[in-house]
Amino acid sequence: MTSVLVRERPGFVWAAPAAVFFGLFGIVPIVVVVYLSFTSWNGLGTPEWVGTQNWSALFDDGDFPSAARTTLYLTVGSWLVQTPLALLIGVWAAGHQRFRAVMSTIFFLPLLLSTAAIALVFVSLLDPNFGLAAIWGKYIGVPDGNFLGDPSRALPAVVFVVAWQFIPFHTLLYQAAARQIPGMLYEAAELDGAGRVRQFFSITLPQLRNTIVASSVMMLVGSVTAFESVLLLTNGGPGNDTKVLPLHMYQQGFIAFDMGYASVLAVLLVIVGTVLSVVVVRSTGYHRMTSDREGL
Amino acid sequence: MRRRALFSRTAIALGTAAVLALTGCGSSGPGSTPGKLQVWSLQDAGLNPVVKASVDRFSKDGDTKATLSTYINDAYKQKIQVAMGSPNAPDVFYNWGGGNLDQFVKAGQVESLDAALAKKPEVKDAFLPSVLETANLDGKQYGLPMTGTQPVIFFYNKAVFAAAGAQPPTTYDDLLKLVDLFKSKKVTPIALPGSQGWTELMYAEYFLDRIGGPEKWEAIAKSGGAAWQDPAVVQALQYCQDLAKKGAFGTNFASINYDNAGAGKLLATGKSAMFLMGTWEYPTQLTNNPAFAKKDLGWFQFPSLPGGKGEPGNLVGNPSNYFSVNASSKNKEAAVDYVVDTVSSDAYIDDLIKSGAVPATKNAESKLAGKPNAEFNGDVFKMVSTAPSFAQSWDQAVAPDIAKRLLDNLQKLFLQKITPKAFVDDMAQAK
Repeated sequence: MTSVLVRERPGFVWAAPAAVFFGLFGIVPIVVVVYLSFTSWNGLGTPEWVGTQNWSALFDDGDFPSAARTTLYLTVGSWLVQTPLALLIGVWAAGHQRFRAVMSTIFFLPLLLSTAAIALVFVSLLDPNFGLAAIWGKYIGVPDGNFLGDPSRALPAVVFVVAWQFIPFHTLLYQAAARQIPGMLYEAAELDGAGRVRQFFSITLPQLRNTIVASSVMMLVGSVTAFESVLLLTNGGPGNDTKVLPLHMYQQGFIAFDMGYASVLAVLLVIVGTVLSVVVVRSTGYHRMTSDREGL
Repeated sequence: MRRRALFSRTAIALGTAAVLALTGCGSSGPGSTPGKLQVWSLQDAGLNPVVKASVDRFSKDGDTKATLSTYINDAYKQKIQVAMGSPNAPDVFYNWGGGNLDQFVKAGQVESLDAALAKKPEVKDAFLPSVLETANLDGKQYGLPMTGTQPVIFFYNKAVFAAAGAQPPTTYDDLLKLVDLFKSKKVTPIALPGSQGWTELMYAEYFLDRIGGPEKWEAIAKSGGAAWQDPAVVQALQYCQDLAKKGAFGTNFASINYDNAGAGKLLATGKSAMFLMGTWEYPTQLTNNPAFAKKDLGWFQFPSLPGGKGEPGNLVGNPSNYFSVNASSKNKEAAVDYVVDTVSSDAYIDDLIKSGAVPATKNAESKLAGKPNAEFNGDVFKMVSTAPSFAQSWDQAVAPDIAKRLLDNLQKLFLQKITPKAFVDDMAQAK
């Protein structure tokens, strides 16, 4: 009797704690937000059912196309900046060089700081008169230190700060993954006369494929929903040049108190985030979870 | 197959969770309860002890015990918005008057103080009328001033002015000449923390007042829409844009932040000559740059515009903040008593002055004399008490969504990215 129970696969009870948690803080809020997106509610009183009015307002929202575009730029920009750097530092940190441990520890420091703290520090560093921007700006062609306030430089500045914050995390992923690559592959390659560059492209990169996918999904979804950094660095300014969708949602909801329309934007973000991660995972074959060490 | 089965079990678990969550809703937290007066205010190091003392006095003298809760600025606006109309709402709440208070009034959530004020005419009489006006909506008084009055004025660096041989300007032409003068001395004429739109708003407010008089703004605040497209508004915005184009604010103003004191430091270090800001900048300078504030910090009113309709004495800024009573309070009588009896009492006014504020009461002038910063506070009081009109900051006077749109457009205007015409057309469309 007991032996049968023991052999049975874990039942749904095993999943209950996580499922309850996920349901409470994941599913329920999403359901409520979908409901709110069909109501008019300013946070006061009772939400009033208005049908699809909020959804059709999407087409009249002059800020929406630019916010969507800015989100796209931020996402693509973050991926392009963070992936190569995190990959290179991670692979380097997996090696056995001198001072590697010390240097890695320093690289990982931003991991310990909160997003708000990082953003506020950079607001001061990028102050055009009294920050580092005032001193170093002239060496990179910006003598007046005008980064966060310049329409064409504000978004790159945000991408930079976000990268500074998140590269260490992705570096950690790559470091762990690179350590898993069996040394014999490199030994064999060396016997075949492959140089270090060749080894990197023919062994390291293919072996890290699944890590690249995992890290990219996190980066892409993280950038689509990036909010605090933008809020604290530029608050969407100058004008609305760095206003990303999550910030637009926040402003509609908690500055303009148009909870109905903010919910529409929230639902869109849920959809975009989900679709994005599914597409990345599917298109890379990651969901099949093929072994890193196939053929060994 | 296994996956399917697993999925359906997960779905059941999730469904259970959802039901649990829904049944969990509906419990009420602490709010307006009989016999316990809840007072909500903004977190402010200067103001809180003043309000706390008044709450304690009220609790000691009467049967109703009052408690004070304070919240930081942005969080407070969200919290009060959500709480009003719910069982968690306070009995007495801090607000900004104008459009901020009006949305609660329109929702029927604010108690008029008229009946209580009619019994005690001396209370209403104690305040400066221009300041009471902001909490007077549709002819009824919904709040009483409970903080110091804070007009927007120009601050200037006396040392920089002396080095350039300059005098504080009295007309706008004088100001424009000063801009050229300081530019030639390699000093940024005016510090502007343009990464925050509300600092640019102050120029639009003053230009519109000086060009068209306070009626122009009153029309917009009342009805919005086409009132934005008044030629005076377009002209005022053009003045803003021209001033920015002239280089009055330097090239990097859009990166300057007020909250990290970047603009105040520009003035204190002499990199800028002038700074248009609310009078709260004075205590800030005293804290951040004490040596400069005591020796070289000067101030003057926004210059007049000859030929314009607005009087030179008109002010814009924060007339005051207000205490109002929640209409569904379970301690309505006590709440009204607290507001009406407290905010004009000698003890409260004295405490306000001790905190460095300039009360909006007629008797403040004599009380201010001999107190710390008497020169500055006395000047501010003189400006406020003689002002023909004291307009509330536009972003507080209109509904929050309009205010947001306004501040976004201002940033674009100062960066020459939209024309004044496009600006007013966009604002006219806002509902």
